[in-house]
Amino acid sequence: MKRTLLLSFMMLAVFLAGCEPLLVLDPKGPQAARQASDTWLLIVLMSGIVIIVLVLLIYMLVKFRASKQPEDYEPPHIEGSPVVEGIFIGIPIIIVTFLSFVSVKSNYIVENTPEGYVDQEPLVIYASSSNWKWHFSYPEENIETVNYLYIPTDRALEFKLYSYGPITSFWIPQLGGQKYAMADMVTTLHLAADMPGEYMGRNANFSGKGFAENTFQVTAMSQTQFDEWVQEVHETAEPLTEETFEQLLEPGHLGRMTFTGTHLGFNPPPEHDHGAETVHDEHADHAAEQH
Amino acid sequence: MEFFERFAVPHPSPAIYASMVAIVLVSIAIVVGITYFKKWGYLWREWLTTVDHKKIGIMYLISALLMLFRGGADAIMMRAQLAKPENTLLDAQHYNEIFTTHGVVMIIFMAMPFIFAFMNIVVPLQIGARDVAFPRLNAISFWLFFAGAMLFNISFVVGGSPDAGWTSYFPLAGTDFSQSVGTNYYMIAIQISGIGSLMTGINMITTILNMRAPGMTLMKMPMFTCSSFISCIIILFAFPVLTIALIMCTTDRLFATNFFTSTDGGMDMLWANLFWIWGHPEVYILILPAFGIYSEVISTFSQRNLYGYKSMVGSMVIISLLSFFVWTHHFFTMGQGALTNSIFSITTMAIAVPTGVKIFNWLLTMYKGKIRFTVPMLYAVGFIPLFTVGGVTGVMLAMSAADYQYHNTMFLVAHFHNTIIPGVVFAMLAGLTYYWPKMFGFMLNERIGKWGFWFLTIGFCLAFFPMYITGLDGQARRMYTYSESTGFGPLNMLSFIGAGLMAIAFIIIVYNVLYSIKNSPRNVGDEPWNARSLEWATHNPVPEYNFARTPHVASSEAFWDAKKKGHELFKGEIEKIHMPNNSGVPFIMGIIFFICGFSFVFALWIPVVVSLIGIFACMTLRSFEKDDGRYISADEVKATEAKFGGAKS
Repeated sequence: MKRTLLLSFMMLAVFLAGCEPLLVLDPKGPQAARQASDTWLLIVLMSGIVIIVLVLLIYMLVKFRASKQPEDYEPPHIEGSPVVEGIFIGIPIIIVTFLSFVSVKSNYIVENTPEGYVDQEPLVIYASSSNWKWHFSYPEENIETVNYLYIPTDRALEFKLYSYGPITSFWIPQLGGQKYAMADMVTTLHLAADMPGEYMGRNANFSGKGFAENTFQVTAMSQTQFDEWVQEVHETAEPLTEETFEQLLEPGHLGRMTFTGTHLGFNPPPEHDHGAETVHDEHADHAAEQH
Repeated sequence: MEFFERFAVPHPSPAIYASMVAIVLVSIAIVVGITYFKKWGYLWREWLTTVDHKKIGIMYLISALLMLFRGGADAIMMRAQLAKPENTLLDAQHYNEIFTTHGVVMIIFMAMPFIFAFMNIVVPLQIGARDVAFPRLNAISFWLFFAGAMLFNISFVVGGSPDAGWTSYFPLAGTDFSQSVGTNYYMIAIQISGIGSLMTGINMITTILNMRAPGMTLMKMPMFTCSSFISCIIILFAFPVLTIALIMCTTDRLFATNFFTSTDGGMDMLWANLFWIWGHPEVYILILPAFGIYSEVISTFSQRNLYGYKSMVGSMVIISLLSFFVWTHHFFTMGQGALTNSIFSITTMAIAVPTGVKIFNWLLTMYKGKIRFTVPMLYAVGFIPLFTVGGVTGVMLAMSAADYQYHNTMFLVAHFHNTIIPGVVFAMLAGLTYYWPKMFGFMLNERIGKWGFWFLTIGFCLAFFPMYITGLDGQARRMYTYSESTGFGPLNMLSFIGAGLMAIAFIIIVYNVLYSIKNSPRNVGDEPWNARSLEWATHNPVPEYNFARTPHVASSEAFWDAKKKGHELFKGEIEKIHMPNNSGVPFIMGIIFFICGFSFVFALWIPVVVSLIGIFACMTLRSFEKDDGRYISADEVKATEAKFGGAKS
C-alpha cells in the first residue's frame, strides 16, 4: 500500500518534471500564468498535507500493530480531547482561510482585463460555437474565421462567448482557463498572449457526437503581423452572407475558413443577459405597454 | 410495423446484438432453472414478498453488485477505447452512450443501493429494533429502485441508451439534440428509483428516531447509524429537487414545455443548477454512510473506542449543511462572475475542515490500539491516504480561478473517482466483508480477499493517477478519441492497464464469494471479529426477529460494555414477538411502475394511463386493507434461540 503510493507519487513527480511541460503549467499569457502559479502553490501545499497524513498513518500502523503488542494488551478507552481536536480543526481552518484569500484574489484577476493591459483598448472577438465548429468574429476588423483564431500578442483580448446549440466551453489552456458558451447568454472571457506561437484551443464541454474533434488552432503574432493578416483577408476573402452562415451552422466538421464581414449583423448574439440590468428594461416595457 | 420501429436501437453494433441474444438466453436460463429446481414458491414466499429488512438489504446488495459489473463493463470499454490514440474500437455515439450509462449506473444504481443495503441490514440491528418503521414501504422502495434499474438497463437493447452525459445538460439533452428515446429512459428510470430513495430516507429517519433500544439516546448511537441518519436527512431535502427537475425535463421532452430550452423563455442554466442542487448533496449521501462503515471497521480492528465521537457527529452535521451551499462549484465557468465564484469557492473549501477532522479522528482511533489487518481493515487503511488525495485535489478544484483550467478535464475525472472509489466502493467492500457473517453465518476467505484488495488498490492508482497528469496537459473528459500528437497515449494506456487490474480484482472478489460459499466453515459463531456495537449482540445469521429480547443500552458500544464491563444487555423473559406480514403488493407495484415507465419512455399513453390506474389501485387497496401483523410465540423464539446455542444474556 505505502510502497504503491510512494511509487505513484514518484511517477507523478517524474512525469511532471521529465517530459514536456504540461499545457496548463506552461502558460503563455498572464491569466494562464496566474492559474499556473495557483496550481503550483496548491500542488505543493496539498502534497504536504498528503504526506503528513501518510506519515501519521504509517506511524500508527507500524507502532500499534497487533503483532507488536503483547497478547494480553488491552487498548485504553480514550475520549476526544479538546486540545488535540482544536489543533486538527485549527490548522485546516488556517490553510483554508489562506487559500480563500488566494482564491478570491485570483477570481478578480481572471475575471478582469489582465494586469498590465488595463490602459489599452482590448481586442473584442465574438467566439460562437455550433455543432462542432467555432466561429470567430472580429467586429472592429470586420472579418470572420471558422476553426482558427489569429490574435495579436501583448494586447488584452475580450472574448464574447455564445453557442448555436449545446453548451460548449471555450478553452485555450496555455492562455487561460475555460468558460462556457451558451445559447441564451453571452459570457465574457478575458485573455492575453505574451508570446507569439501556436496554441491548442478546444471546446472542453461535451456537446455530442463531434465533440472530440471540436478544436481550433490559435496563432499569436505581433500586432503588425496581425494587421497585415487583416489587410490580406480583406483583399482575398469572400464576404459572409446570411445564406452561407446558415449553411455553416449545419452540424458537421469544417476545415479553416475565412470571410470578410461578420454574422453579428444578421444573426446577433444573445446579448440580453439574465442579469439585473435587463429586468429594469422589461419593467419599462411593461409600463409602456400598459400606458 | 411502424409501431415496432421505435423500439429498434438507432445505432446498432454487433456488440449490442450479442448483448440482446445474451439477455434473452440468460433470462430463459433463469426461468428454466427456477422451474426445474421448483423454486418459484420459495422465491415468492422468501424473497419477492418479503418485508424483512435483512432480506431486502441482501436484495439491494445483489442488485448493487450486478450493477457494479454493468458499470464496470462500461468502464473497461471506455478505457480500452482510449488506451491508444485514434482507436476505432468504439465510435463516438457508442462511446457517448457508454460514459453516460457508466455514470448513471454507478451513482444511482450501484452506489445508492449499496449504501441502502447496509442501511437496511445494519441500522435496525444497531439500534436494537425488530425491523424498520414501515416494513412494507421499505419493500416498495426496493422494488421501485429495482424497476428503475431494470428500465435503465434495457435502454441499450430497446430504443437506445441516453447519450448526453450523466449530468444530461440541456439543451444537449433536449429533443433538438437528443432525438432518440435514450434521454427519456434517463429521466423516467431515475425518477422511479428516486422515489424509492426518498421513501427509504423517510423510512430510515422514522426508524432511527422512534425505534431505538431503551437507553440509546441520539448521541449513543453507533457511528454507522448516526451517519445513515444524517445521510437520510440530506436525502429528504435533496431528492425532491431531483424529482421536480426530472418532471420538468420529462415534460420538456414529451410535452414540448420550455423549462430548459434556449428559446421561448426557457433557460438551460436552470437545469444545471437544479441538477447540482441535488447532485452535490448526493455525493455526501453516498459518502457519509461510507464514513460510518469505516468508523465501525477502524474501531473494531484497532480494538479501540472511536476517537472523538462528538466531533465525528458534529463534522457530519456541518458537512450535511454545507453540502447544500456548494453546488455552483460544478460550473464555476458558467459566467457568474468573480463574486459568486468567490463565495462558492470558500464554502467548498470549508468542507475540507470537517472532513479533515474525520481523517484525524480515524488516525487517533488507531492510536494505542491493537491493529489487526483483516480485509475490512485493509480497505479502511487504504482509504485514508487515497481519500486524502481525492480530498486535497477537491480543494484544488474549489479554487475557482484555477478550476477554469481543471474543469471538464481528466483532472476532474481523476478527482471524483479518487473520492468515490476509495471513499464509497472501498467502504462497501469493507462492509461486505465485515457484515458477511452477520448476513450469512460464514466468513469470506481472508487470503483471497486480501488478493482482491491489493489488485483493486494498485489497479486504482494506475488507472486514476495518470489522469491528473493528462488533465493538466489538456485532455478534456468525454473525448472518445485523441490524436497521437497530443502525447496522451502512454498515460492512457497505463490507465487501461490499471482498469484491467481493477477488473481482475472484482473477479477475485466474486470468486471469493463462490469459494467461501463452498468451503467456509458454517456456524462461525456470534463473535467473528471481536466487535463492539449492538448489531453483534445477536446471532449470525440474524434470526428473523433480530433480538429475542429487547436490548438495554448505556453507550454507543453496548456490546463491548456487555463483554468487558458486565453490562446487562438483555433483561426479563422471552415473550411473544410482533412481526409484520409479507406482502406481494410491493413487488406487483414494482412491475406496474416498470410498465408505466416503459410506456412513458415511448409515449405510449394508453398503457401509461392503465398502469397509473393500477398503481393507485394498489395504494387504495392498501388503505382499506386490515393487516395487524403476526406474532411469533415465545416457544418458537426459544426453540430458535436454542438452535443458535442458547439465548443471549
